Amino acid sequence: MSDEFGFFLLLMSNGILIGLMYSLIALGFVLVYKATEAINFAQGEFVMIAGFVVVASLLAYRAPLWLAIVLGLAAMVAFGFGLERVVLRKLIGRPIIAVVMATIGLAAVLRGIGPLTWGAETKNLALPISDEPFVLGPLFIPPIQILGAAVSLAFLAAFGWFFLKSRKGIAMRAVADSQQVAMAMGINVQRYFALAWAMTGIVSALGGVVWGSLLGVDVHLALVGFKVFPVVILGGLDSIPGAIVGGLIVGLVENVAAGYVDPYVGGGTKDFAPYVLMILALMIRPYGIFGKRIIERV
Amino acid sequence: MIHRECGVLKTTYEADMALYPLPIARWTVAAIVVLMFGVVPFVLHEYYLSIINLVAIAVIGALGLNILVGYTGQISVGHGAFMSVGAYTAANFAVRLESPWPVNLLAGGLMAALVGAIVGIPSLRIKGLYLAIATLAGQLIIEWTINHVTFISGGVQASIEVPRPEVFGFRIASQGEMYFFLLGFVVLAIVGAMNLIRTRVGRAFIAIRDHDIAAEIIGINIFRYKLLAFAISSFYAGVTGVLYTYYLGVANYEQFQINVSIDYLAMIIIGGLGSVLGSVFGAIFVTMLPIVIRWVMEAFGGLFFSEQAVLNIIPNLRLILFGGLIILFLVVEPEGLNRLWRNIRSYFRVWPFAY
Repeated sequence: MSDEFGFFLLLMSNGILIGLMYSLIALGFVLVYKATEAINFAQGEFVMIAGFVVVASLLAYRAPLWLAIVLGLAAMVAFGFGLERVVLRKLIGRPIIAVVMATIGLAAVLRGIGPLTWGAETKNLALPISDEPFVLGPLFIPPIQILGAAVSLAFLAAFGWFFLKSRKGIAMRAVADSQQVAMAMGINVQRYFALAWAMTGIVSALGGVVWGSLLGVDVHLALVGFKVFPVVILGGLDSIPGAIVGGLIVGLVENVAAGYVDPYVGGGTKDFAPYVLMILALMIRPYGIFGKRIIERV
Repeated sequence: MIHRECGVLKTTYEADMALYPLPIARWTVAAIVVLMFGVVPFVLHEYYLSIINLVAIAVIGALGLNILVGYTGQISVGHGAFMSVGAYTAANFAVRLESPWPVNLLAGGLMAALVGAIVGIPSLRIKGLYLAIATLAGQLIIEWTINHVTFISGGVQASIEVPRPEVFGFRIASQGEMYFFLLGFVVLAIVGAMNLIRTRVGRAFIAIRDHDIAAEIIGINIFRYKLLAFAISSFYAGVTGVLYTYYLGVANYEQFQINVSIDYLAMIIIGGLGSVLGSVFGAIFVTMLPIVIRWVMEAFGGLFFSEQAVLNIIPNLRLILFGGLIILFLVVEPEGLNRLWRNIRSYFRVWPFAY
């Protein structure tokens, strides 16, 4: 096997694992959009806040890891419920730009609260797994990426089951389909809105743990949120399989592009390539690979 | 002279369209002009003038964004990038061709208008959320391109120094001189925006915002007018970028990142969507917010926190208040400061009577 091909394989394997970790964050976005049709521009900040909560309980309060993760989950669920109750419920029925701007404002608030409460320096979120990468021929795989990918897959499967089989999941799909009909069938729509935000909180908490241990926890952790948009546009805004496929595509494209283009342009291709892909997707197939084909054209 | 109307008593279209519905409006505007051109620059210290200069630049950008978001109903998260296009075009013209500032300004504005119209093309197929994401992509792609193409920016993380503008052979160097330079553009921008929305074009924009399908049915070419809205709005943004470059003396891509786009969106939401006066209020408010926070924290922060903590608190407190205010205005007063101002005015108009 030539070095050239080995390099390509390395980029691919990294891309797949990172892509699955993107899927985890995108899943939080999709959950909310599917149920409430609200667009969350603060998804990255959710992940950052969760990372801060977990790392603070680990370092400042010397909690064991499992307790820290439980605390992170509980905090994010409470946060999701509270957010829905205080802000987003008031914006139901308002133009879409109002929800977009409210979450942009929320993102700013969270980016301020995080460093203000827990300090601006980068904190190391150490998981009890080794730092030694697995070496398989040319492949070079850090265990944290495998863990992240595994968590993503487990959650994607769990939420897939939830929406297809469980009573609550079916009710949530009904709410997403038509709020009025759902109400007529005796579904408490507002409760499902709150549930959707709480579920996003859970996903963000786990995203915070895996991304936090990969990148370290500080305000820049929120930047992973920018990758959510290419993922969900490619996969389809309201599709869970779409989140996986979109995540994989974005992970692969950005790694391969970074590997081959970066040496010529001086870095930064990673943040650039997915958006070019997304613009193409918006031009050709705006509803994504798996999304519902309802897009209003004027 | 200071009387107000007691009802709608207009009998001609001209009276209805007039910029000054009553003599008092004309007197107010005259008073503000005298204050801004005649009193403020000679009374205030250079430092305060530099703050007003920042506000002036923000007013122009906010007006432009309000034409797009407030009047035409198309969201853009990419205005920071349009400003950088203007800034770098002007900087390159100034350095490579050594052209005078009016040429640079116009070139920057037109280039931004062109790029804005290109980024606006998706608005013809998609709207709302998708347009927000498409313009976000535009922002990030333009940012990356400018930073990485050496011909434009002189290399990664580089900045271009621009010479000071010269007006009739007079070199503008101090903040006081810059004040007059910028204020002239603010007047042009306000008058331009107020007149634009009274014309056929402006009415078409409003029709598209209110109901695009209905607008198309009454014969408005949506394709043309949406692109025109993007172009005009980006022209304002480009001019803002050029003026900011002249204000700073350097063109640097870090001054035009995504947070700038969000700042300007915040201005028009806090100020009031679809109102010229609201853009001015919003620009003043959002520009002053961090400055006031710094004053307050430097004055009183030391009483409660250590010096180190204050340095950490100031930028974060700014973000929290900034985001919190966006949310507060969206939930409580969607029409922004402009609405609050109108409420106060209509209260005092009939004071001391209830109505």
